[in-house]
Amino acid sequence: MNKSTTELNEQVKQTRRDIVRMVHEVQSGHPGGSLGCTEFFTVLFQNILRHNSDNFNMSAKDEDVFVLSNGHISPVYYSALAHSGYFPVSELKTFRKLNTRLQGHPTTHEGLPGVRIASGSLGQGLSVAAGITQAKKLDNEDKLVYVLMGDGELQEGQIWEAVMYAAHNKLDNLIATVDVNGRQIDGDTKDIMGFTELKSKFEAFDWNVISMNGNDIEDVQDTLSKAGLLSGNGKPICILMQTEMGNGVDFMMGSHKWHGIPPNDEQLASALEQNPSTIGDY
Amino acid sequence: MTNSSQEKKDTRSGFGAGLYEIGLQNSDVVALCADLTGSLKMNAFQDKFPKRFFQMGIAEANMMGMAAGLATAGKIPFTGTFANFSTGRVYDQIRQSIAYSHKNVKICASHAGLTLGEDGATHQILEDIGLMKMLPGMVVINPCDYNQTKAATMAIADHYGPVYLRFGRPKWPIFTNSDSFEIGKALHMRKGKDVTIFATGHLVWNSLEAAKTLEEQGISAEVINIHTIKPLDNEAILDAVGTTKCVVTAEEHQMNGGLGDSICQLLSRNIPTPVEMVAVNDSFGESGKPSELLDKYGLGVKDVIAAAKRAIARK
Repeated sequence: MNKSTTELNEQVKQTRRDIVRMVHEVQSGHPGGSLGCTEFFTVLFQNILRHNSDNFNMSAKDEDVFVLSNGHISPVYYSALAHSGYFPVSELKTFRKLNTRLQGHPTTHEGLPGVRIASGSLGQGLSVAAGITQAKKLDNEDKLVYVLMGDGELQEGQIWEAVMYAAHNKLDNLIATVDVNGRQIDGDTKDIMGFTELKSKFEAFDWNVISMNGNDIEDVQDTLSKAGLLSGNGKPICILMQTEMGNGVDFMMGSHKWHGIPPNDEQLASALEQNPSTIGDY
Repeated sequence: MTNSSQEKKDTRSGFGAGLYEIGLQNSDVVALCADLTGSLKMNAFQDKFPKRFFQMGIAEANMMGMAAGLATAGKIPFTGTFANFSTGRVYDQIRQSIAYSHKNVKICASHAGLTLGEDGATHQILEDIGLMKMLPGMVVINPCDYNQTKAATMAIADHYGPVYLRFGRPKWPIFTNSDSFEIGKALHMRKGKDVTIFATGHLVWNSLEAAKTLEEQGISAEVINIHTIKPLDNEAILDAVGTTKCVVTAEEHQMNGGLGDSICQLLSRNIPTPVEMVAVNDSFGESGKPSELLDKYGLGVKDVIAAAKRAIARK
């Protein structure tokens, strides 16, 4: 049963709280990109994915699959996985601590349900997603494979190997979202290694390209639904998702600086005040 | 073990034949190749199972990620390209998406070592065993002839987890039977009491030839085929050394990081023993005929003989 916009917005606020609390607790991690993608993860995991979170199955036979390529935004990923039932929400408090399943970057190594591939070293997730997609084609499955990449991540050459492969092999059950927040560790993406126009780039590779405002919950819901309807038409689908890094926490917005630093006690208090508890803290 | 006739075939053809056979037996087996289908002898598989064969183009990084994805979904992917492009070029992809993620991917690598010949050092990787054996959980196999490569190719499909299978380009004597292959189980090729030669890959043949000559000179050399460098057959190695008390290691690889390095670690922890290493000594290769290159870089039959004598002298 799909969540209403009101319910989704409540979950978004809660996930923002999870993110800043996790990162604050261990004074490490990546809040900026996590906050920017909170609406996307919330809609995807609550309303879009056809998945069995109660009984995690690595092979995802007859399930939709999500692959996180930019693994450093693990806080939002872990919150989304926990709140959709893959593991207890209380486990979020172990983030980045010794012996945790919630490693700094996501991994299968500790057996965390919901994670199917390690990520962190950038540029690899689209290839992995293409492999899962190819397997679903081979098995005549109609389920979809979603992958999220950062825009800075597109600087990795492997991404474009996979972009070529997916189009050449008509992987039209693959939906690749790019988090276009325009920021990376050293500064703004346009200054570090600009892309000019991403839409025409993906279209030139023969992908079907749509766009959305990743911080508008209704647009995210509508566009992800539309992307599903576009599948099966002979082309892989790219969603260019405009987001604001740090969205929902005012002092983290408008800069690349909160890519990978934690808030202090005062900053945490401010972030939590801006996002009051809705469904309860872990 | 040794056949009377010395028919020659390339080990890569053993891979191609094994891949085809296991493809017939196991419908989960799929194959990926980065524009080297003919070189890797994957055509038979491609022709028989076109839907289970994925042409990757010249894009090895994507091939490794794709293989990890296919394995995630329950397939048993075999990747095929040259050893250089199967390891060094894609080390991080293998490390994160395959080894750390413990994916059931079989990385199959041809044209390893000096014996690819005239293409020269850009393609003659001599570091691949070291790169692969350092990865936690990675199985590393370097079979010695056509039959063993075919058997190994089929056996690794039944082992769950990442495997690096290394083979080569040149036609090479066939001297093992093809009945079975047990991962991690050293094979005694020749009995002897004065020195043990642990060899892998093409150098097993050179070691057997060396042992024949040594016998004519009154030296009894044991030859053990270490086709699996990881996991190493510790028990077989320690047993053998307990008797002969000196060792030669022989491989088409750098000394650093190869079979000899693994055996030295084992022996130094258990039975400190004189070891002479037949391997490439911190050098790149060059163009030339395989036999010329093996001689120039100290991997010829005469080099194994000399190493055996040095090892015995150090007892």
